[in-house]
Amino acid sequence: MTLLSVKNLRVTFDTEAGLVEAVRGVSFSLGRERLGIVGESGSGKTMTGRSVLRLIRPPGKITADQMEFDGIDLMRASEKQMRALRGPRIAMVMQDPKYSLNPVMKVGAQLMEGLRQRDRVSKAEARSKAIAALEAVQIRDPERVLEAYPHELSGGMGQRVMIAMMLIPNPDLLIADEPTSALDVTVQAEVLSILDNLVKTRGMGLIFISHDLRLVARFCDRVLVMYKGRVVEELAAKDLLHAKHPYTQGLLNCLPRIGGSRDPLPSLDRNAAWAN
Amino acid sequence: MALIEIDNLSVTFTAQGRQVRAVQNVSLNVNAQESFGLVGESGSGKSTILRAICGLAPISGGSIRINGKAIATPRGKAFSRQVQMVFQDPYASLHPRHTIDRTLSEPLAIHGLPGTDQRITKALTDVGLPTNFRFRYPHQLSGGQRQRVAIARALMLEPEILLLDEPTSALDASVQAETLNLLSRLRAERGLTFLMVSHDLAVIDHMCDRILVMQHGRAVEELSRDALAHAEMKTDYARSLFAASADRMLEG
Amino acid sequence: MSTLITWLRDPNPASRLQSKLGQSYLSWLRLRRNPLAMIGLTISLALVLMALFAPLLAPHDPIAQELSRRLLPPGTAGNWLGTDDFGRDILSRIIFGSRITLYIVLLVILTAPVVGLIIGTIAGYFGGWTDEILMRITDIFLAFPKLILALALVAVLGPGMENAVLAIALTSWPPYARVARAETLTVRNSDYIAAVKLQGAGAARVIWGHVMPMCLPSVIIRVTLDMAGVILTAAGLGFLGLGVQPPLPEWGLMISAGRKFLFEQWWVATMPGLAIFIVSLGFNLLGDGLRDVLDPRSTSK
Repeated sequence: MTLLSVKNLRVTFDTEAGLVEAVRGVSFSLGRERLGIVGESGSGKTMTGRSVLRLIRPPGKITADQMEFDGIDLMRASEKQMRALRGPRIAMVMQDPKYSLNPVMKVGAQLMEGLRQRDRVSKAEARSKAIAALEAVQIRDPERVLEAYPHELSGGMGQRVMIAMMLIPNPDLLIADEPTSALDVTVQAEVLSILDNLVKTRGMGLIFISHDLRLVARFCDRVLVMYKGRVVEELAAKDLLHAKHPYTQGLLNCLPRIGGSRDPLPSLDRNAAWAN
Repeated sequence: MALIEIDNLSVTFTAQGRQVRAVQNVSLNVNAQESFGLVGESGSGKSTILRAICGLAPISGGSIRINGKAIATPRGKAFSRQVQMVFQDPYASLHPRHTIDRTLSEPLAIHGLPGTDQRITKALTDVGLPTNFRFRYPHQLSGGQRQRVAIARALMLEPEILLLDEPTSALDASVQAETLNLLSRLRAERGLTFLMVSHDLAVIDHMCDRILVMQHGRAVEELSRDALAHAEMKTDYARSLFAASADRMLEG
Repeated sequence: MSTLITWLRDPNPASRLQSKLGQSYLSWLRLRRNPLAMIGLTISLALVLMALFAPLLAPHDPIAQELSRRLLPPGTAGNWLGTDDFGRDILSRIIFGSRITLYIVLLVILTAPVVGLIIGTIAGYFGGWTDEILMRITDIFLAFPKLILALALVAVLGPGMENAVLAIALTSWPPYARVARAETLTVRNSDYIAAVKLQGAGAARVIWGHVMPMCLPSVIIRVTLDMAGVILTAAGLGFLGLGVQPPLPEWGLMISAGRKFLFEQWWVATMPGLAIFIVSLGFNLLGDGLRDVLDPRSTSK
């Protein structure tokens, strides 16, 4: 059952230095599965994620032959309809909780805000839902966290709060844009396993955007590799080591390994033809 | 006698009446032409040690000696010809309003060194940048290119010691590979001594001969590269760090 | 023309001049996209041109009195904006008055922001006692309302245009010091400052070559926005009779002189008032547009 269908997505920015094409004809479809979008900076992966939620402001422009979510035409939906979608049906988790959580509001207030304003739930019920959400991301002392400000939480805790906040309305699709890149390596594993659990038990669709190919391959079912605004390869995660496109192979091989040789790391020989 | 001797170093910051002990009693030695790695997570104090060497962080205890002599406070021009640093964020370590030419010629001007033109062209070629990039501004370069300029700048005064603060963390994987290769080549060509900081165990393993694992401002365990490769860690923290890093490697 | 543009847009400039001009060209293109900023720029340029070519543009002598032609309304042939109570042509007085306005504005711009920039960067860079002392001095000057200080100066030195400028400059520099200090505090912990200090640079080189260029955009924007205030203050001083003295056609002075006739012959005070309004608006719009262009877009990846 296809949750999201995107055909020929293009994102362009009209700057004074000329037209910049961030995304150039990306197509993919997503069911209730996990799709990883991998690319380096400038590949257009973040823009692709934001386009689904129509979060790109002028001078950026989104065009697509088709962009459909559960039967709803995202290209033709009004801003009001998009607002109704963002949150309850499609949620987004971003990289650094320092920048995505409101620094002057207590965590509890932010968690309960959506519930109280959008769903018109009573304060007591909102509070119990918030506590349940925090427990779902394995925060052991939810009452303390509710009363804390974002800067009082560690990076990993902040990101878990972010995930909890996004999952309270039980969305169908979660777009995670580099959710663990700002975290320490030991914390990354924890946060990923929490995310893994939640996505499985709730049967959500997940788009996982990252620059880390190996991480995405371990975590997702399918992987899209992007380069300069285009998809250069689409493959199942388990087939990653048998990737055919030279860019994907290059990305896999250029990372240093513990216990690997001291020889110069194989570097990517970028071929202009890949951008076509 | 080691080139860099750090003895019981402590760094304490005072902010709004509270004291933050960023580094507590850390000792390490780096031999000439060796590559030494400092690895740890955020808050471990690893970058603070580099900043303390440069005089950018206040030393509250212990000593630092270079070539057997205590370092001068303030550091002075002689120090800058011995020790230079490459910073983490290529977007923040180059002055946004100066051309590459200005950035590279400044150290020469400060020390009154002649031959600016040839030195700049040679520096650009040494780091693999085309010479016609000379009058570009930083925002006209990619992250990897900016980091190359930062490396070129650090080498303008021909120091013996290069301090590297997470030099590739902000770069894409493929650009990281190129940058690490460049650093290795320059080190071999010029006989440099590296003191490198990273949170990425794989990068440290690739680049360094000996490693110190840090946590919460303290030294946890010192390892040789072989010990790391064979997972012969003695402390639990070093083991958990290794497990979390190795976990991200695909089998094969 | 197109070879010039190609030269400016060259991604690999061959000299510092070419590089700088190329960046300025791109900034100009950015400014051009903002219609309000272009309006502001036009008004500002018009002021400058009017001041430069005043003798050619003005139909009459601004000081010559013609008592037979007193208080004629606007639209009269030969006196498009009417005449004042001495029969002087208001249009000509406004045109020549632009010279005075521009002179005052330029003198203030060349002194107040420069002093403020120096004091602010030194205070911000060194911190500690230097910062405290310099900031307390700044506070003292900030505490003075401009007109009160002008009154004091005039009482000591006598009225006149130069003294008016001195009074305005003395009260204008503190905000620039504050702005420069705030920027310096942000900038001084940057890696690029650490890098140049590590190369052995002294404080003077760091402040002049590295800190000040980063403070300039904020100061420039502040200057354009302040220009309106400077004009109004000069007008206020003129209105009080403390600045420019009659018969010079300073706009504030003209408003003051026209006060008596405000109800019957409204044009005597209103025309110079409109001139002040339009010029202030022009500088404000330009300042706003400059902010969009000069603001740190260098953080964009």
